[in-house]
Amino acid sequence: MTGMDRSLRGAAAIVGVADDVSPTGELDRFGRELEVAMVLDALADAGLSLSDVDGVCHPESAVAFAEYLGVHPTFVESTMTGGSSYEVHVEHAAAAIAAGVCDVVVSVYAATPRSDRTQGRRREWRRPTGPNPMAEWDMPYGLRTPMGPYALAAARHMHEFGTTSEQLAQIAVSTRQWAALNPRARYRDLIDIDDVLASPLQVSPLHLLDCCLVTDGAGAFVMTSAERARTLAKPPVFVLGAATCTDHMVIGQMPDLTTTPGAVSGPRAFEMAGMEPGDVDVLMGYDSFTITALLHLEDLGFCKKGEGGPFVADGHLGPGGSLPMNTNGGGLSFTHPGMYGMFLITEAARQLRGEGGARQVAGANVAVAHGSGMFLSVMSTAVLGTEATL
Amino acid sequence: MSPEQAAGTAPARFEPPVGVEGAAFWEATRERRLLVQWCTSCDRGVFYPRVFCPHCAAGADALEWRTASGRATVYAAVVEHRPEAAGANFSGGKPYCVALVDLEEGVRMLTNVVGCPPDDVRSGMPVTVAWELLSDGRQLPLFEPGQMAS
Repeated sequence: MTGMDRSLRGAAAIVGVADDVSPTGELDRFGRELEVAMVLDALADAGLSLSDVDGVCHPESAVAFAEYLGVHPTFVESTMTGGSSYEVHVEHAAAAIAAGVCDVVVSVYAATPRSDRTQGRRREWRRPTGPNPMAEWDMPYGLRTPMGPYALAAARHMHEFGTTSEQLAQIAVSTRQWAALNPRARYRDLIDIDDVLASPLQVSPLHLLDCCLVTDGAGAFVMTSAERARTLAKPPVFVLGAATCTDHMVIGQMPDLTTTPGAVSGPRAFEMAGMEPGDVDVLMGYDSFTITALLHLEDLGFCKKGEGGPFVADGHLGPGGSLPMNTNGGGLSFTHPGMYGMFLITEAARQLRGEGGARQVAGANVAVAHGSGMFLSVMSTAVLGTEATL
Repeated sequence: MSPEQAAGTAPARFEPPVGVEGAAFWEATRERRLLVQWCTSCDRGVFYPRVFCPHCAAGADALEWRTASGRATVYAAVVEHRPEAAGANFSGGKPYCVALVDLEEGVRMLTNVVGCPPDDVRSGMPVTVAWELLSDGRQLPLFEPGQMAS
């Protein structure tokens, strides 16, 4: 890829963020109440109000949510790519703002799978209306979702590159060290590699502690033009580069189980930003499973393909390491309501504003929010930076 | 447990629905024949079956069905240790192997590898097709170790 248009670089910024999680894993609000609260909190964080909003992102229906909010947006975005939906929204909102389609965009997420279960609330599942490839060719074989496809990727990575369960476990260990510094994290007690390996096998080679949590959680972000961002309450978090790629939906169609479409979205986003992996101060890499994060490290270029295992074993990822990753405690220890990508963005923004508290990475100017959707199917990379990076 | 399961009438497997593109595949399984859709335009196998060739965009006229050898190589294999969590009751509650296998014809499909302890299945292992009868007379393609015909 050469001569990429960099017109999006610095054109738009994240100016407000909000999220709601609890160490209990449960929230006392759900549904639209929670979504609206997140939007209003994020707008307040930005010093904006609902009347400023002319763009709405919601992965189910931006139209229905805009109606509920009582806003009349000129930009609606309902792209649903699973967990990476919110990184895609950043990309598309930045493009829309740069093109003058709209000025102030909100994106929102709320899901409460844990309290839905304990409270006996029935969730409405949208079911396929007829035969579909997953039902016809995969479901008879009992591959548990979501972890089954990730386990296959881990097994293949181990076969090709000699990656070990101990190396994967180190990702969970390093991530928990970050969670220990976050009072809002679901799990904060430190663990070691033996704890991970002693946790029950789910779909081998993945143990329970290789898997993300199931918690309630919600969040929102607000974006606007760079020009307007500089007039608002908080330091702008500029979108420097953004890119998305998908190369399959069901796992059997993934061309190479050891290389995700992040190997396309990552370099494209870095090129747009005019940056390299070495410029990144904080990596928010979607950790649905330990293997997911390991694949990100390789595909984004933090290490070579196949060298993710030795790389993570060197302890780069935890507090004080050379590549702080998932500083909120990640999907593995902080929260994971199902589509975790929203929290990559809220944490990246807080780190770049210097609001990270005990887990603040000193002098953080560049953060990457790298979302993963479906079954390693859709990767979306947002390179974010402070004013100093422009 | 569903009422059907309680009554003992539920099939042990999730039985696959038949899509328009896969109808010929499933009919052939009644005779234990494993078909692969083949593009005569670019000379490549197509899986899962489609109404056009995803490799070269040739139309349906270019697609035909060929009988596969039944020989394959394991690409990646995992073991489900909690069948109940997967909603699967075909293994009698015991751990089972789920694998992606590469057919000799160059297509990759998801399957179960049976006939050996599930932990013994490895990437690179040769396997051959085996069959499991479904409730409607169709047969589900599984694979087992070795090169011999089942």
